[in-house]
Amino acid sequence: MNFLVKSAKTIFLAELVSGMLLTLRYFFRPKVTLNYPYEKGPLSPRFRGEHALRRYPNGEERCIACKLCEAICPAQAITIEAEPRSDGSRRTTRYDIDMVKCIYCGFCQEACPVDAIVEGPNFEFATETREELLYDKDKLLANGDRWETELAACIRADAPYR
Amino acid sequence: MTEFWWAYLWPVLWIVIKILLLVVPLLIGVAYLTYAERKVIGAMHLRRGPNVVGPYGLLQPIADGMKLFFKETIIPTGANKAVFLLAPMLTFSLALIAWAVIPVGNGLVIANINVGVLYLFAISSLGVYGVLMAGWSSNSKYAFLGGLRSAAQMVSYEVSMGFIIITVLLVAGSLNLSDIVRAQQETIWFVVPLFPMAIIFFISTLAETNRHPFDMPEAEAELVSGYNVEYSAMTFALFFLGEYANMILMAGMTTILFLGGWLPILDVAPFNWIPGPIWFALKMAFVLFIFIWVRATFPRYRYDQLMRLGWKVFLPISLAAVVIVGGIVVAFDINPLGR
Repeated sequence: MNFLVKSAKTIFLAELVSGMLLTLRYFFRPKVTLNYPYEKGPLSPRFRGEHALRRYPNGEERCIACKLCEAICPAQAITIEAEPRSDGSRRTTRYDIDMVKCIYCGFCQEACPVDAIVEGPNFEFATETREELLYDKDKLLANGDRWETELAACIRADAPYR
Repeated sequence: MTEFWWAYLWPVLWIVIKILLLVVPLLIGVAYLTYAERKVIGAMHLRRGPNVVGPYGLLQPIADGMKLFFKETIIPTGANKAVFLLAPMLTFSLALIAWAVIPVGNGLVIANINVGVLYLFAISSLGVYGVLMAGWSSNSKYAFLGGLRSAAQMVSYEVSMGFIIITVLLVAGSLNLSDIVRAQQETIWFVVPLFPMAIIFFISTLAETNRHPFDMPEAEAELVSGYNVEYSAMTFALFFLGEYANMILMAGMTTILFLGGWLPILDVAPFNWIPGPIWFALKMAFVLFIFIWVRATFPRYRYDQLMRLGWKVFLPISLAAVVIVGGIVVAFDINPLGR
């Protein structure tokens, strides 16, 4: 009897038919794809994306050129040069991040005592040339101005856990 | 002058018009078969498939075609240039030539010849030359192995396909494709009396068109897409179009031999208002859906399993079927066309 059942299964391709019915059931199920450019997934406030240099509300840049970020950067992607400004405060004259070297570990924002360098929620900064990924101070400050609302919200949301 | 027009020019023009009427929808069908394949497999993977170019991604095949058209055709240094360029053209034109004898409706056929089935079989057998030439002339080991596999595979499955077609011919009593459909009009679609044969025929067409789960000649994982690995741009596009046109051809063949060609499902009021060619296209679309469905479901066969299935399973079964069906036809004097 068992032999008959087995041979009937073989002759009527039972396994193949059940496999095809399974794929047919999946055919009618709702799709799980995120329709990416039009629809995006949720991001944690801790998400480490594109870098930005923030400013104080009065427009003064936060960075005090302590170079802690440069020191801790495991990929040595950050280059800082600093000298006293005319009003005597210590500021950077050069703040470069090589985004090609950067491994997005987030150590720079951990190290920063004044929350100046942060990694924001933006991950869509692909460029057509490599040179465009060598960020300088102007680019980073512009990022900070552009993303300030989101950056402040992320820092606020994450503050209770720090 | 008028005599010259009506006697010579007009018939030629009329044939050209008929060919265009068949080939243009066919090529559009080929383009949208690639789209349908991506959409259907996407849905079965719970993905969306192409949906950005145009509404629901409907312009995707055109975008793909444009891309391939404007790319550079690269001919490898070691390749045999003439054969290398001839192969895709051969594949593509053979895929189109076969359509000459396919009746898309009652009397709607370009060449209503009495050996239609033989012609179809001959043309689809020639298809192996395109693949073989491509594999050999590329002068690349992957392409060569792909070509070898393809030749062996297509030859093996043609044998059992041939015997299955013989069973259909025995029942229908004709080699003319239109008459085969008319015989089904007189009796019943041949998929019912010849059911196991229809399944074996379908599986053989999968192997014949190098489709999953028998896509040994391409085998992305081992042969990095096999015989067409050295092809680019339009030469690749011709292979691609030829392959898909062959799929549609095989679906058409299955439709004519087993699913009653242009006949409606039931010969009653709402169904027989729909014209024959639309029924034909619907049935082909159904068979093509199964082609894609199978691709989304099964993993690739191993090569020795493929050969074992062809020679040690399908060949004996189809041989036995020829004897049994032949015996039944003689014993009960079955002759649906009354000849």
